[in-house]
Amino acid sequence: MKKLTYTGLLAGLIAGASMLFAHSSMAQECEDLVLGSAISLTGKYATNGVHAQNGYEFAVKKIAQAGGVKVGDKCYNFKVVYYDDESKGDRAATLVERLVNQDKVQYMLGPYSSGMTKAIAPVTEKYQIPMVEAEGASRSLFNQGYKYLFAVLSTSEQYLASAIALAAEKAQASGSTPSSVKVAIAVENDPFSLDIRAGVLEDAEKFGMQIVIDEQLPRDLSDMSAILTKVKLLKPDVLVVSGHSKGAATAVRQIGEQNIDVPMIAITHCEAADVVGNFGAAANDFLCSTQWAESLTYEDPIFGSASNYEKEFKSAYPEYAQKKVPYQTAQASAAVYVFKDAFERAGTLDKQAIRNALSATDLATFYGQIKFSEAGNNIAKPMVLRQIQDGVYNVVAPSNFASHALNWPRKP
Amino acid sequence: MDQILGNLSLLFEFPVVNVKIILDGVMIGALFALAAYGLALVWGVMNVKNLAQGDFVITGGYVAWWLSGQGLPPLLGVPIAFVVLWGIGWVIYKLVISRVIERDLFTSLLATFGLAIMIAQLLNLMFGSDTQSIQLKYDTLYFFDGFVDVPIAKLIGVLMAISLAAAVIIFMKTSRMGQAIRATAQDARAARVLGIDTDKVYAFTFSLNSAICGAAGAIIVMVWVIQPFYGISYSIRAFVIVTAAGLGNLPGVIAAGLGIGVAEQYGAHIFGIGYQQAVAVLLLLLVLMIRMLQQRRMRQSLK
Amino acid sequence: MNTKNIIFYVALLVLTAIAPFLFPDFRTQLATLWLMIVVAMTWDMTGGQMGYNSLGNILFYGTGMYVAAVISIGMVHDVGAYTDAGRLELMTFTERQYFVGAIVGIIGAGLFCSVTAIVVGYVTFGLRGPYFAIGTLGVAIAAGELVSNWGWIGGGQGISLPVYPGNFDVGKLFFYYLFAGTGVVLFMFLKWLYSTRFGAAINAIRDDEEKAEAMGIHTMRYKLTTWAMAAFFVGIVGGISGFQLIHFEPLETAYQTTNLGIFMVVCVLLGGKGTLWGPVIGAILFHFIKEVTWNYFLGWQWVALGALIVVTVVYFQDGVMGWLAHRKPQSPRL
Repeated sequence: MKKLTYTGLLAGLIAGASMLFAHSSMAQECEDLVLGSAISLTGKYATNGVHAQNGYEFAVKKIAQAGGVKVGDKCYNFKVVYYDDESKGDRAATLVERLVNQDKVQYMLGPYSSGMTKAIAPVTEKYQIPMVEAEGASRSLFNQGYKYLFAVLSTSEQYLASAIALAAEKAQASGSTPSSVKVAIAVENDPFSLDIRAGVLEDAEKFGMQIVIDEQLPRDLSDMSAILTKVKLLKPDVLVVSGHSKGAATAVRQIGEQNIDVPMIAITHCEAADVVGNFGAAANDFLCSTQWAESLTYEDPIFGSASNYEKEFKSAYPEYAQKKVPYQTAQASAAVYVFKDAFERAGTLDKQAIRNALSATDLATFYGQIKFSEAGNNIAKPMVLRQIQDGVYNVVAPSNFASHALNWPRKP
Repeated sequence: MDQILGNLSLLFEFPVVNVKIILDGVMIGALFALAAYGLALVWGVMNVKNLAQGDFVITGGYVAWWLSGQGLPPLLGVPIAFVVLWGIGWVIYKLVISRVIERDLFTSLLATFGLAIMIAQLLNLMFGSDTQSIQLKYDTLYFFDGFVDVPIAKLIGVLMAISLAAAVIIFMKTSRMGQAIRATAQDARAARVLGIDTDKVYAFTFSLNSAICGAAGAIIVMVWVIQPFYGISYSIRAFVIVTAAGLGNLPGVIAAGLGIGVAEQYGAHIFGIGYQQAVAVLLLLLVLMIRMLQQRRMRQSLK
Repeated sequence: MNTKNIIFYVALLVLTAIAPFLFPDFRTQLATLWLMIVVAMTWDMTGGQMGYNSLGNILFYGTGMYVAAVISIGMVHDVGAYTDAGRLELMTFTERQYFVGAIVGIIGAGLFCSVTAIVVGYVTFGLRGPYFAIGTLGVAIAAGELVSNWGWIGGGQGISLPVYPGNFDVGKLFFYYLFAGTGVVLFMFLKWLYSTRFGAAINAIRDDEEKAEAMGIHTMRYKLTTWAMAAFFVGIVGGISGFQLIHFEPLETAYQTTNLGIFMVVCVLLGGKGTLWGPVIGAILFHFIKEVTWNYFLGWQWVALGALIVVTVVYFQDGVMGWLAHRKPQSPRL
């Protein structure tokens, strides 16, 4: 009896185990070139995870239409294998293990957010898998000495630096000094926003500005009126808010509701949260940092100009018709394009050669120039700052890109 | 530390801040109290500790949000959410809850936790993970030189919460079913002996709880925002309130609800809103410890 | 122990040792499987054997992760500077620093968690039944929230540890054997512990705490010791996980109350509470189901998992072991 139970149990274990392991790598069609990506389809980053996924898919399609990727004398089409990382870092890391070990993926596209990228990058580094990421901007990604990580976007400390510079400029113009400017900071408690905060603190310090509020937003943000009350009391000259789409939506809504009168308010993720569509006039005069704007004059042979990208993307994804195409989507497409360029220059599928080709990238795209530093971040593309003026996004800084003058002070 | 002291000094430098904080706290607290009252009901009557409480709230919010997207007047969302969640509650009772009532106390916690996971994910699949809200086109009232703002939408929401609570209280006091529920809560076996169909009572109680939560959610979506994964924070609050107030103590639930609303707003002001959740949970622990010490004095343990 | 028993255990031990070579592509999943087995077995120490259903054991996992990381970083660098959001310069570890830091950190994590269990337990063990469950859950959530606001250890950014130096295949084996070794030691320890007077005492607490007290058992001392032992092992696997994951952050990874914190309970219920083998079988089953749902029900995985929890709890609460015992009442308990 005893023996029976044990052998039965053991047999069960082995049967279970072999079922678990029977699911192995997918068959690869000869002209498919598989990229892997763990992306947030659920959880707190899902809104932007979907934006990024759409950007990847759109680029895959556009590149296929343009004749695919020519490696040597063979032609390939990209195919992206996705898993849902649920906006959880440990899940993302596990999924990369699966992509590499079971799906035999050799090249990776990044996840959404700095936090997820930080969770994934060490794993791709360990396996020496080149990863081009488009959504992780925190500088803490680029101080680890990673060799296989390439980011097409500008790092987060640059997001709101020009807002601080503008505030200093305006202070001077109105007869006072930059050091009299009072800054209020409310950022989400995650790697991306904390790096934004670090950048703002550095810049504010440069001008000798005074930080009057410095608070962190919780993960489940639904109400920031406690901070706005302090804003009313302490009357800062600049208010900086960063917290992905949720932070942008909450800020715009409650600032309008509570009639907050601050001369300058700078936030991130305006387009991704569609603050104009959702909150209308309440969004007016907000400053929005953006990695990319469709009004800029970049172009490339695949996507055409920046404005052409927007037009074609909207017709491919009608759900974006009524709003701005967020830069999260544009940079995701750019990442796929960077891969195409690297494959064609390398002329081989060897991942080491791809890595070297990536690090030598110097590519003009609809998204801007892309050229990687030693650490892997893109150093060739500036951030721009747009202001929502009567429901329209107009570039107001830096000055060489500015199409409109800054509305200052902001009217509540 | 400096920041905390600075925030504290603001409270004294500008006393009007206190008015604003208390007002905000009372308004959100009223909705916490509503969800907590439902929890107290099912806990007291059928000894089920419903961890999916917050997810019922969020579901109600999505019902109202979806309806207003279809062009219905937003205020109508509250009664409809009440009815829809009544139905959902009844189905969940039949499938799951009815089978855990007689079981070990831990079972209902875990089973409802599983439900909470499922509901949150289904909402995410159906409505996406964006935060959603209904924009009501009402003005905002300003007091104290525009310092204290009371959006009329918030006022309407709180009034609806109060009238719902009042209706439930009157129902419990006067109706036949209300009496049966109270009898079952006191002694289910005796109630059964006296001819009360306790299974029916349980089903009714659980559906009522779910409906109350749904209405609360429909109010919340007009005043604050909802997201599929926000349920847990309402569940935590409901547990804090019920643990503090005890079962079958409606004035206690209301007082504790308003109290935790205010306490959280003060916590958010003094420590920063990053600590809001921590404040709520630490309050729970504090309440548990106080209750435990009370019990220990009577040589009992908190069961 | 008879010969058949010995053969059985030796066979299992051999299987454990060679599993990563039988399934080389699944080394990380196998390592995670051992993690699940360890947390399930430790949960059962208090939940199954002693009758205290904790929902907060994840506290020790997260704390272990952070303690191990902070010790290993602190031995080489200044922790505050290492975790600074705006840090630009590289801060590296030599191979020797990595391994010494990992070993010292992981052991330190286990010890620290034991002490934490005694401190926390001194308060929470005054609670019974659902209040104990809610109280421990509260402690775990509060700990995660506080850690996520503590800038010195990285706050919401989390911590990035160094990548395993050297060949990554060897690295995977390194972590597999760390987890598996912990699991095997824990299993043997529990097999011995449950056969002693100590095991009988905590079972007596489960069956009737007042009576146990009346029989002269110092219940508080037993409860604290049991939880401290469980916390030690959870802290150890938490520390190992930190090094395996490399990057982790407080709310979703370290103090993941709603994931691993609940999964360990479900594993035990699935396998059978209060048995030596139940948690092991439950963890294997659960891990298997979880991997399958994540592979084939993308997007629906949480619905499937939620349903699994509900079904297990409502319809199958005696678990596999209970079912076996029911089917073959005369067969000995494993």
